[in-house]
Amino acid sequence: MEDDAPVIYGLEFQARALTAQTAETDAIRFLVGTQSLKFDNQIHIIDFDDENNIINKNVLLHQAGEIWHIGASPADKAVLTTCYNKSESHCFLLSLAPFTASLFIMFLSPSDSRVVSCAAVWRMPSDWETGSHESPDDSAHNPQALELLCRLDDSTHGNAACVLWEPMGDGKRVISLADNHALLWDLQESSTQATASSTASLEGKGQLKFTSGKWSPHHNCSQLATANDTAIRGWDLRTMSQIYCIENAHGLLVRDLDFNPNRQYYLASCGDDCKVKFWDVRNVQEPVKTLEEHSHWVWSVRYNHSHDQLVLTASSDSRLILSNMVSISSEPFGHLVDDEELSEGEDNHQDDKSKEPLKDSVVSTYEEHEDSVYAAEWSSADPWLFASLSYDGRLVINRVPRALKYRILL
Amino acid sequence: MDGEADGSLAVSEDSGPGRRRKVHGMLKLYYGLNEEGKAPEQQESLDPCDINGPHFDPEHYLNKLRRECSLAELMDQETCMVKQIRSLDSDMQTLVYENYNKFISATDTIRKMKNDFKKMEDEMDRLSANMSTITEFSACISGTLQDQHAQITKLSGVHTLLRKLQFLFELPARLNKCLEMQAYAQAVNSHRRARCVLQQYSHLPSFKGIQDDCHAIMEKLAQELRQKFRDGGSSAKDLSECVELLLQLDEPAEELCDKFLSHARSRLESDLQGLEAEIKPYPSASAVKDASARTSSSAVAAVSPTDKSPKTSALPSPTSNTDILEFIDRGCNEFVSSLCLVITSYQELFVTHAQTGELASKNIPQMANGKLHAFVNDLAARYFSLVERRIQEEKGVGDNSLLVRALDRFHRRLQAVAKLLPGSDVPNKGTEIVIRAATERVKQYLSALQSFYMDSLTDVRQALATPRLSVTGSSVAGGGALLGGSVSSRDAPTSLPELLSSLSASILNQIKSVLASVHLFTAKDITFSNKPYFKGEFCSQGVRESLVVSFIKFVCQSSRQFCESAGDKGGSTPPALLLLLSRLCLDYETSTISYILTLTDEQFLVQHHSPVTPVTTLCAEAREAAQKLLNHYVKVQGLIISQMLRKSVETRDWVNTIEPRNVRAVMKRVVEDTTSIDVQVGLLYEEGVRKAHSSDSSKRTFSVYSSSRQQARYAASYTPSAPMDTNLLSNIHKLFSERIDIFSSVEFNKVSVMTGIIKISLKTFLECVRLRTFGRYGLQQIQVDCHYLQMYLWRFVSDENLVHFLLDEIVGSSAHRCLDPAPMEQSVIEVICERG
Repeated sequence: MEDDAPVIYGLEFQARALTAQTAETDAIRFLVGTQSLKFDNQIHIIDFDDENNIINKNVLLHQAGEIWHIGASPADKAVLTTCYNKSESHCFLLSLAPFTASLFIMFLSPSDSRVVSCAAVWRMPSDWETGSHESPDDSAHNPQALELLCRLDDSTHGNAACVLWEPMGDGKRVISLADNHALLWDLQESSTQATASSTASLEGKGQLKFTSGKWSPHHNCSQLATANDTAIRGWDLRTMSQIYCIENAHGLLVRDLDFNPNRQYYLASCGDDCKVKFWDVRNVQEPVKTLEEHSHWVWSVRYNHSHDQLVLTASSDSRLILSNMVSISSEPFGHLVDDEELSEGEDNHQDDKSKEPLKDSVVSTYEEHEDSVYAAEWSSADPWLFASLSYDGRLVINRVPRALKYRILL
Repeated sequence: MDGEADGSLAVSEDSGPGRRRKVHGMLKLYYGLNEEGKAPEQQESLDPCDINGPHFDPEHYLNKLRRECSLAELMDQETCMVKQIRSLDSDMQTLVYENYNKFISATDTIRKMKNDFKKMEDEMDRLSANMSTITEFSACISGTLQDQHAQITKLSGVHTLLRKLQFLFELPARLNKCLEMQAYAQAVNSHRRARCVLQQYSHLPSFKGIQDDCHAIMEKLAQELRQKFRDGGSSAKDLSECVELLLQLDEPAEELCDKFLSHARSRLESDLQGLEAEIKPYPSASAVKDASARTSSSAVAAVSPTDKSPKTSALPSPTSNTDILEFIDRGCNEFVSSLCLVITSYQELFVTHAQTGELASKNIPQMANGKLHAFVNDLAARYFSLVERRIQEEKGVGDNSLLVRALDRFHRRLQAVAKLLPGSDVPNKGTEIVIRAATERVKQYLSALQSFYMDSLTDVRQALATPRLSVTGSSVAGGGALLGGSVSSRDAPTSLPELLSSLSASILNQIKSVLASVHLFTAKDITFSNKPYFKGEFCSQGVRESLVVSFIKFVCQSSRQFCESAGDKGGSTPPALLLLLSRLCLDYETSTISYILTLTDEQFLVQHHSPVTPVTTLCAEAREAAQKLLNHYVKVQGLIISQMLRKSVETRDWVNTIEPRNVRAVMKRVVEDTTSIDVQVGLLYEEGVRKAHSSDSSKRTFSVYSSSRQQARYAASYTPSAPMDTNLLSNIHKLFSERIDIFSSVEFNKVSVMTGIIKISLKTFLECVRLRTFGRYGLQQIQVDCHYLQMYLWRFVSDENLVHFLLDEIVGSSAHRCLDPAPMEQSVIEVICERG
């Protein structure tokens, strides 16, 4: 029953953006976007060979700028979105006059140099996979570039923070969060054309800015949850109007959100107060549950796609924590739900739960990272496997401990 | 032989009478008589050499002497023996003489007696002759008088009969007269005397007539008595007389009991109504308000425990008719004493009296007793409910002595009832009321203590909020003098230790005064204090657990609440208060709790029958609260500084910034704040241990981001496939440095607290920097800022390497995030920082 050792992969750049390749359900595959101001940024396609415990990777160039957020299309394996920064004037000057760069920079007026965040839809070159198989060295030295499908930019709406694909959709709809706007895009002509179909914007005092968001997989994908400062807001996409608002969801900034894949009203959030909170959006006054295991800001929270008691959190205390939230899970832990008991009604369930000896607990804390962990993702192919990415470019692939796995399954 | 010689010597030395006796003794011995004149059997010596023994053989003795002794000894023996023989001879002569004399006198006496007896015999003969003549005469006389005597006896019998008849005939008239004169007792007496006779001869018409007349009259009389009884205006004595007469008239006792009791009830009920009238005004809404106002006012009075006279506490409530002592007094004097009177007279009439009379056979005492018990219980229950209502109105905690005295009186008076009515449960119920009142009181004290605590916290809050620039502040702030006088103005309240000591002292005083007040319940002169409840449970469960322990728990609880409620943006609790409370809880843990509990145990002589909360549990709780508060303090202060740093990083355009000429103001502010926090914490917590630091701490350069290495780092060639990190150095550095928990528990000392705060602040700085993109001057500004921070912050923390490490990370990260990483010369940085 020895648990497999974690597999570590190092990127040569700092990185924040990590996603599982959602459309891929056979291979365990993650996409990582790097952050480098000086060199061409890359997207690493990490394939994990479960049987041999080996990582295969492919690199694609993302020349547009450093990647802050990455999202994979749920329908097309090859399509992905990124949010990236580009420093306009600086890049321009460098490319124009690389030899006299320093001279030019001296003359840059403050208004000229600007860092803007953009969002775009990309397609991976069709042969990236075959190329890598033939000669990995070759591809490493001469990586292929991503093919730009369309930009999700609208000059009127500022900097993009993240792009969300419609969950389980046909890859035709995305939402981008830019400053205080949420834009719903329709992708047409095999994603080469994007039109903003509707927008919602955040009104209020001061400079409001979306920090993160999540498209709910429930209610026919008609709901969106966003975070700005300390508040969490729910939106109805059909009317683009706010449906709920959790003011002061966290004492400090809310960093990330995730929807419970099985319970439609349950939402997890994390933030700078080191806490992870679980909400029932029908009652926004009080969180259902609060975890306080991290010793610094929590940057990412993810429900397991199939067993929603497993919750993964990543924090800038360099730790990754896997928690087992039995009490608010859709499947009563260690309890075989057969038809008989189901028919006996709610009370019986309550009783069974109270008899349940296992409580919500931290399953394990992963300390393989040495810098802040900004992202963690479950694999879309193997529900027992997850990856986490720390700022120094270290990607760690871990598995749920076997003992727990068997307890959940059996 | 020697012993014998000694004995004889001793004899010769004895004084006269003693010697005589001794001599007699020796003679007796010789003749074989002991003291009782019987021959001793065991003492007989068979030794033929024993000169005093009966088997003495002179020949044998002589031979023995001759054989054993020397000549000189023999001579001595001889002289000795001669001396003894001589003395024995003279003794014998004296004895013979004495006995002879006695014998002579005895003979004389016997002779005289013989003469006297002869004379007496003659006189006795004469006497018997006289007696026989007297007997003869007397027989003769009685024979002659016999006839007349019989006649006289008969006549006198007739006379009595006639007298009786006359009485009977006169009876109706006499009864009427008695009735007129209201001499009921006499009438009843007369009738009773005649009743039997009339009954017996009722078959004779004349007697029948008399009987009927008497019946009619007695009926009337009974009627009148009943009337009188029913009117009830009469005194208790009259009443009892009435009842007595009615009983004699064969009135049914049960009915009488009922009547008597209902009569008594009406009177007692008027008493109760009087009592009720006094507490009537309260249940109305306005009165409740008054009562609450009174509560608060007396709670205020409780703050000054010396001011306890009942007058002052009664004064601020003009609406209250009487204070509780007066009320209870009235209750005792009116209700309880008349109840006692009723019980006494009732028992006299129906129980004691009936037991002696013929009524006893009819189970009347039992019936009467049962009725009495029911009656007393019923009324007492109503009385108790009134008393309880009144006690419940007694909400003010100032005048405890008054309440205790009232309860004492209440309890004491009930003892009288207990004595009169041994089987009744009235006194038990009374005790229960007292117990309930006492527990209620304890609860009130607890809530008073709690509100006092919250009030004093509010006071402390206000004291903290009003900025004061007192002398103590500037003198204490000397520790932070490195930044000039900028410290004392900020929120380091000048008199934090004073506030702490005054807060803890006032709480302690309050607890003591409350304990003193509660202690009245167990005072020796209070009757109910020797009840088992007040000896045991009240002390341990009531006072110790639900007052003292609950209060301590409340303090910890409320302290913890400060941490929980204030999750959002530092919360509303001023950090200084958190610090103060943390110290307070810590003090409680170290000394105060055990002191208070010892005090309680001593004052109340608590005997722990039931398990009580041990001191250690409370201490652990207090420590936990202290820890939580301090952690929260660190968090709040850290967040305040973090917020400044975050804003300063987020709001600036770091790409297009000018070349740094100064340390940014926000950094100075951070250092100032840190210094003032340091002073603030230093006021309440000890310094704590820190790792020894190198002498040139402030001059240290950034190890990771020094200009020499910078080339190597950024010249790293673009090698996409390399699975190695390029920033190897920084990672190796991290590998060997320990993982830092940012929001972690701190220890109870200044250095640990400051380390916590600085950790939080710098980590925030780091994370914010990583989210931004920098231009060349942006990076240089960060370099300057970090150097400035390093110059000042190292001295606050336990391990300066921590500060260095975090600042290195910040500069390193900003270099990473820099579009044009051209670091500033170390010397220039130093000059800028030096300049301030």
